[in-house]
Amino acid sequence: MDFGTQLLQYLLSGLSTGAIYALIGIGFSIVYHAIGIINFAQGEFVMLGGMVTLFLLQSLHLPLWAAIPLAVLLASLAGLVFERLAIRPLRKAPPLSLVIVTIGGSILIRGLAMVIWGNDTHRLPSFSGDDPITVAGATLLPQHLWIFGITIALIILNKWFFSHTISGKAMRACSYNPRAAGLVGIDVRRMTMFAFMISAAMGALAGIIAAPLTMTSYDVGIMLGLKGFCAAIIGGMSSGLATVVGGLVLGVLESLGAGLISSGYKDAIAFVILLLILLLRPQGLFGRPESERV
Amino acid sequence: MRRGLLNYLLVAVCILLAPLFFSGSYLLNVLVFAGINTMLAVALNLLVGYAGQISLGHAAFFGLGAYLSGVLTTTYGWDPWLTMPVAALSVGILAFIVGFPILKLKGHYLAMATLGLGIIVYIVFNEWVDVTGGPSGLSGIPNLHLGTLVFDGDRRNYYLVWSCALCCMLLSCNLANSRLGRAFRAIHDAEVAARVLGVNARLLKVQVFALSAAVCALAGSLYAHVMTFIEPATFGFNTSVELLTMVVIGGLGSTYGPFLGALLLTLLPEFLRVMRDYDIVFYGGMLMVMTIFLPGGLVRGIPGLWHKPLALRRAKGDAADA
Amino acid sequence: MKTLLMIGCSVCLLVCSSTLALAAGTIKIGALFSVTGPPAFLGEPERNTAKMVVDGINRAGGIRGQKVELIAYDTVGDPTKAVQMATRLIKDDHVVAIIGPSTTGETMAVIPVVERAHVPLISCAAGSKITDPVKHYVFKTAQNDGLAVAKIYDYLQRHRQQRVAILTVSDGFGASGREQLKALAPRYGIRLVVDDTYGPKDTDMTSQLTRIRASQAQALIVWGTNPGPAVIARNARQLGFRLPIYMSHGVSSKKFIALAGSAAEGLKLPSGKVIVADALPKKDPQKNALLAFVKGYQHQYRQEGDHFGGHAWDAVMLLKGAIERGGATPAAIRDALERTRNFHGIGGTFNYSAADHAGLTKDAFIMVEVRNRGWVIAN
Repeated sequence: MDFGTQLLQYLLSGLSTGAIYALIGIGFSIVYHAIGIINFAQGEFVMLGGMVTLFLLQSLHLPLWAAIPLAVLLASLAGLVFERLAIRPLRKAPPLSLVIVTIGGSILIRGLAMVIWGNDTHRLPSFSGDDPITVAGATLLPQHLWIFGITIALIILNKWFFSHTISGKAMRACSYNPRAAGLVGIDVRRMTMFAFMISAAMGALAGIIAAPLTMTSYDVGIMLGLKGFCAAIIGGMSSGLATVVGGLVLGVLESLGAGLISSGYKDAIAFVILLLILLLRPQGLFGRPESERV
Repeated sequence: MRRGLLNYLLVAVCILLAPLFFSGSYLLNVLVFAGINTMLAVALNLLVGYAGQISLGHAAFFGLGAYLSGVLTTTYGWDPWLTMPVAALSVGILAFIVGFPILKLKGHYLAMATLGLGIIVYIVFNEWVDVTGGPSGLSGIPNLHLGTLVFDGDRRNYYLVWSCALCCMLLSCNLANSRLGRAFRAIHDAEVAARVLGVNARLLKVQVFALSAAVCALAGSLYAHVMTFIEPATFGFNTSVELLTMVVIGGLGSTYGPFLGALLLTLLPEFLRVMRDYDIVFYGGMLMVMTIFLPGGLVRGIPGLWHKPLALRRAKGDAADA
Repeated sequence: MKTLLMIGCSVCLLVCSSTLALAAGTIKIGALFSVTGPPAFLGEPERNTAKMVVDGINRAGGIRGQKVELIAYDTVGDPTKAVQMATRLIKDDHVVAIIGPSTTGETMAVIPVVERAHVPLISCAAGSKITDPVKHYVFKTAQNDGLAVAKIYDYLQRHRQQRVAILTVSDGFGASGREQLKALAPRYGIRLVVDDTYGPKDTDMTSQLTRIRASQAQALIVWGTNPGPAVIARNARQLGFRLPIYMSHGVSSKKFIALAGSAAEGLKLPSGKVIVADALPKKDPQKNALLAFVKGYQHQYRQEGDHFGGHAWDAVMLLKGAIERGGATPAAIRDALERTRNFHGIGGTFNYSAADHAGLTKDAFIMVEVRNRGWVIAN
C-alpha cells in the first residue's frame, strides 16, 4: 500500500469524524449566538440521539426510518425542557452560574441515561449495509456516505433557515442585539427556546448517524461535546461554514496525528489547538479580529 | 476580625476532637480524604470565589503535585518532606507562567481553556508511561514520617491532613480580610472599576491562580503519601467538576463554605448508600438546584432562603420588562 | 457545625452497633467490586457471582455449619473509594477476608491497608504486579496478563508468524498487556514491528490500522476491553484487512460478538475455558466447576456467565476451602490459602505456594475463535 493511498485513507476517516464534530460545533454556536452562553450539556444531546434511537428500535420495535426522526424530536424536546428548567431562571445570572448549571445539566442527563439504559455499549445497525466501497485504494463504508450526505444537507438547511425564514432572521436579530430585537416585536425568549431545540436536534442527529460506526453508550457525550466545542472555537463560534471547516480540520488533524505521529497524544491535539486558538486568535481561524471576547 | 478568629478556633477544635467520636470506624479514613478535598476546595475558592475566575482544570494541579511527589520519592529516592515544598513551589510557578495568557480570557472562554489545560495534563499523566507509570498507576510511594513516627494509620493521617487543611483555611480567612482580599472582591464585582482605582487586576488574578494551584499541589502531595498509590483517573475532568461542585454547594467566596461543601460531598455518599445507583443523578441535580435557588451556597443560602420568593417575583417582573 | 458532627457520630455509632449485633455465628466475608463506573463490566458479574456462590454455600448448610455473610461494597473503579471501603470492611464490619477489588489500580491501593490490618485479600484483578513481588496477605484469582500473552505467542510461534503489530488501549488493562507483550516477545522469537495505542473512548481506529497494513506485520494483536476492539474489528473489515487478528481475553464475552457483528468472524483470542465449557473434553478437570458456574449463572441471572464472574467464583471457593481446612480467622485463612493445591476452578487449576500467590500457568487459557457468532476452540 503506497503512501498516497494511506494519506487518502487518513483524510477520508478524518473527514467523517470531522463532519460529526462540525454538526456538534454548530449546535454550540447556535446556542452561543442566541443567549451568549456555552452549553456544556450539548454533548449529552449527541448521546441522547444514539441512545433514544436504540431504545425505540429495541424496546418499541420501530423501524429505523421512524425511530430516527422520533429520536431527534425527543432530543429537541429534551433541549426545550432543559432551557425552560435550567437556563431561563438564570437569564440574568453571571457566566459562572451558567457554566455550572449547564455542567450540572450534563451530569444529570448522563446520570438519567445510565439509570434508564444501563452502562453497556451498544451499536445501532448501519443504515444501508456494511459492504465497503473502494475509492482509489482507500475504503469507505456506506455509513460514511450517509454521514457526509446528512452533514451537507443539514448545513444547507441551516444556512437557508437563518438567511431566508422569518424565524431564522429573528433569531439572528436576537443574537446581534436582544433588546433591539425585543423592541421590534421579536419574542426573545421564544427564540432562545428555538435555539436550544435546534441545537439539541442537530446534536442528536450527529449522534445517530455516527452511532453505527462509533457505538454509543451513556457517556459518549463528554468527549464528543468537547471536540465539537473545539470545532466551534476554530471556526470562531460562527454558526456557518467556518465551524464546519473547523470540525473537518480537527477531524483530519486527529486522523493524521494518529496515523503518522502518535495515537496516544491524539486527543491532546484537539485541546492544544483549542488553547492556541483561544489565546492567539480568539476570533477563530478565519474570523476578523474582534475585541469583545478578550 | 475578633469574631472571625473565634469562629476559626471553634471549627479547629471541632475538627481536632472529631477523631474521638470516629475512632475504630472507617469514617475516620473517609475524613482523611475529606481533609484533602477541603484543601482543594479552599484553594479553588480563592480563585473562583474571591477573584471570580472560573477553572475547570484544577484537578491538573492536584495531579501534578501528586505525581511530582510520587515520582521524586519512588524513582529518585527523595525524602517525602522535601518533595512537598518542591511540588507546591514548582506547580505554583508553572501556574504563574500559564496564568498570564490564560487569565486574559473571561467567562465561558476561560472555563473552556482551563478545561483544555486540565485534559492535556491528564493525557500526559496517562501517556508518559516511562515516568508516570501510565494508566497502571504509580505504586509504592512512601508514607510521610517524623523520626520513627510513620504516618500510616488513619488517625495519624487525619491529624496530618487536617492540620494542613486548617492552615489553608486560616490562609484563606486572612486573605479575605486583607487589602489583597478586598482587591480580589473588587475584581470579582466590577473589574473595570477596580482597574480604574489602580488595582492591577491581571497580576492579581495570576497571583491568586498560582497560589491556588500551589495549594492544590500540596494537597496532591499529601494525597500521594497518604494513599501510597496514584493513577491518572483520579486527576481527570470529573475531579475538577467535583471540586467546583464542593465550592458552589458550600458557598462561593465564603471562608467555611468550601469546607462545608467538601465535607458534605465526601461524607454524604456514605450515609446515602441506598441511592448508590442514583448518585450521579443526585449530583447533577443538586448542582443545578443549588445554582438556581441557592446561588450563595449553603453557608449564605439557608438564611437567605426565606427572602427567595420575594426576589424571584422581582426577577420575574424584570424579565417581563426586557 | 457541632450539631452536624454530633449527628454524624450518632449515625455512625448506630451503624457500628447494628453490624456488631449481627456478627454472632456467621463468617463474614467482605467484597469490593466496581459494580458501577468504567470497570462495571468486571464488577457487575463478579458481584453477581459472589452473591450466587455464597447463597449456594448457605443453602448447603454453610461452611462447617456456620453461615456465610457476604458484605459487598461498590468501589466505582476509584482507588480512593476502594481504600475507604476496604477500611470499612476491616474496621466496621470485621470481616475475616476480602475478595476483590476488580481492577489492578484499586488492588494496588488497597494492598497497604490489608497488609497493615493482617486480613487476607483475594484480588480479582489481572495485573501481575499484585503478587509479584509476593505480599504476605495478598492472593489473586484472575490470570496474569503475561499468561494470555504467552498463549498467543505460543500460537503465533506454531503458525510461524514472527513479525507482529500490537495495538493496545491506553488504560490500565492495555498498559499492562503492552508491557507483557513487549517483555515476552524475544523469548518466542517474535519481533514487534508496530507498537501503537488507542484511547478507551476512541471511535475510529482506521488510522492506526492503515499504518499497520502498510507495515511488514504478519499478525495484529489488539489488547483492550469493549467497545474498542469491536470498533477495530469493524474498521479492519472496512479496510479489507487480511492479517490474522488476535484479541485479548478482555473481550471474551458474547457482548463483543454482538458489538462487532459479522466483523468478529475468524478472530482468535486466548480465553478462560468458561466460554467453551460445553465443548471441553470430559476429562478436563475444570469441566464440573465450569458447568456448575455457567448453569447457575444462567439460572439465576438469565445471562451468560463470563470469566470475569469466574474470578469471583474462584475467590469465594478458595476461601471456602481455606476456611474448611484452617478455620475462620484471618491468619488461619491466609495460611490455609497458601497451602491450596490442585483447586480446579473457573480460571484454571490453582496451586498457591509461599513463592506464588497467583497460582496459575498458561494452561489456564485456551485459544478460541469466533465462528458463526459463537466460540469454538482454535487449533
